Amino acid sequence: MGNKEPMIKIRQLKIAFGDKLVLNDLDLDVYEGETLAVIGPSGTGKSTVIKVLTGLLPPTSGSVVIDGQETSGYSEEEWDGLRRRMGVVFQYSALFDFLSVGENVAFGLRRYFKLSEEEIQERIAQLLDLVGMPDTQKMLPSELSGGMKKRVALSRALAMEPRIVLYDEPTSGLDPVMTMTISRLIRKTQKQLCLTSVLVTHDMESAFFAADRIAMLDKGKIVQIGTPDEIRQSRNPVVYAFVHGLERKEEDGDGLK
Amino acid sequence: MLKAICEACGKRILAFCSASGRITLLLLQTLRRLKEADWREVVRQMALLGADSLPIVLMTILCTGMVFSVQTAKEFVRLGASSTVGGIVAIAMARELVPVLVGVVVAGRIGAAIAAELGTMKVTEQIDALRVMAANPVSFLVVPRFIAMVLMMPILVIFANLIGNIGGWVVAHYYAGIGTFTYTNSIKMLAEFYDVFGGMLKSCFFGGIIAIIGCYKGLNAPNGAEGVGLATTASVVLSIILIFIFNYFLSIVIYV
Repeated sequence: MGNKEPMIKIRQLKIAFGDKLVLNDLDLDVYEGETLAVIGPSGTGKSTVIKVLTGLLPPTSGSVVIDGQETSGYSEEEWDGLRRRMGVVFQYSALFDFLSVGENVAFGLRRYFKLSEEEIQERIAQLLDLVGMPDTQKMLPSELSGGMKKRVALSRALAMEPRIVLYDEPTSGLDPVMTMTISRLIRKTQKQLCLTSVLVTHDMESAFFAADRIAMLDKGKIVQIGTPDEIRQSRNPVVYAFVHGLERKEEDGDGLK
Repeated sequence: MLKAICEACGKRILAFCSASGRITLLLLQTLRRLKEADWREVVRQMALLGADSLPIVLMTILCTGMVFSVQTAKEFVRLGASSTVGGIVAIAMARELVPVLVGVVVAGRIGAAIAAELGTMKVTEQIDALRVMAANPVSFLVVPRFIAMVLMMPILVIFANLIGNIGGWVVAHYYAGIGTFTYTNSIKMLAEFYDVFGGMLKSCFFGGIIAIIGCYKGLNAPNGAEGVGLATTASVVLSIILIFIFNYFLSIVIYV
């Protein structure tokens, strides 16, 4: 993986809201076909990374290169071109509540693929099968549980046949069994479809299970990046504390020394 | 002290300017994307926003026509001007009362509904989801609502005029004893089609205001359930104020 050009290349990324610096000189590479988990405590700007990668939030400074395209200064239309190759699973699923489950999955298909009605229905059934929710086309998002919504959101993201899939806290608010189901699903679809994925989470179990590499984010910077094993055995005090769920002594704002 | 007051005023003025600018930008974007409208969605919105408002609009204007007649009919009969009652009611309704009141009622019902719906979509990340699925929220959400409102308001106004005049006639006839022929003839003599047309034209603008303000407030709702509530209230208040302001200037342009 090392000498290939990365699918996503973030350099010196700064994001500031007013005076508050959320991301500070962030550097990150994601290679084709791998799943990178970004972990870290709440409020460290993990979800902000997803917002930047989808063009929802313009960087204050720095560069983001996706699939060889430098995105700084991109207009909404130029982003739309890139976004067609991306799937996003949102933290609260963000299913369109005025559409049925089937139509949610079909949303991208109807807009961007010239398919007949039968082909669309067949594709919806396939995608819902893939996430273990067959025959739910007619249901409304309001009738689904949190875990089911997440699974529909995943099949909606996969419908556009993306090359990059971004997951924003896909397991937050789910019970342990459902957390494992979703993690397994992420792993399975990733291997089957050979996707490049970024998984933002604070759930260590799911990061260890689903990711090829893990990056620990703290105070707007990457503290350590490595394979799940490297992270598990890390001697870095910040990483160690997070992985083992220890409270950190905050004296000078630099964490454990 | 003085500095604090100046700062507070300045902040308000800046907020006002930036909001006006962003509302204007949203309007321009909407106009530019009119041709991207999905007409099936437009028709759905027309039913939802327009047709479903008919009962409350009719109720309001029926009462207005009746009360207007109560206040004028007997006095006019006493002054020997019973042959002008029908015309005066009809003109007042067509030019001012119907468009403004329909605007206010629809702003309360539909402006609030639009702001609440889009606000909920905003705080549940559905607007972000639309954007990352390369569907522009303006062409997908704002344009159909805008077209539906601009088309449906004049239609509501026609129905409202009909019912308002019927209400006026009922009161004039049974309360002040004015004959049906006198009443209808007075409408024919005094009112012109242009009076109704002007009111319809004004209502198109009001429809546009309600849709744009509702969408603007919804799309910019602060996070959380509270944010949706704030957006809803703000959209109703702002649309109603704008309707009154625009009504004054439109009346000058159309009728003077």
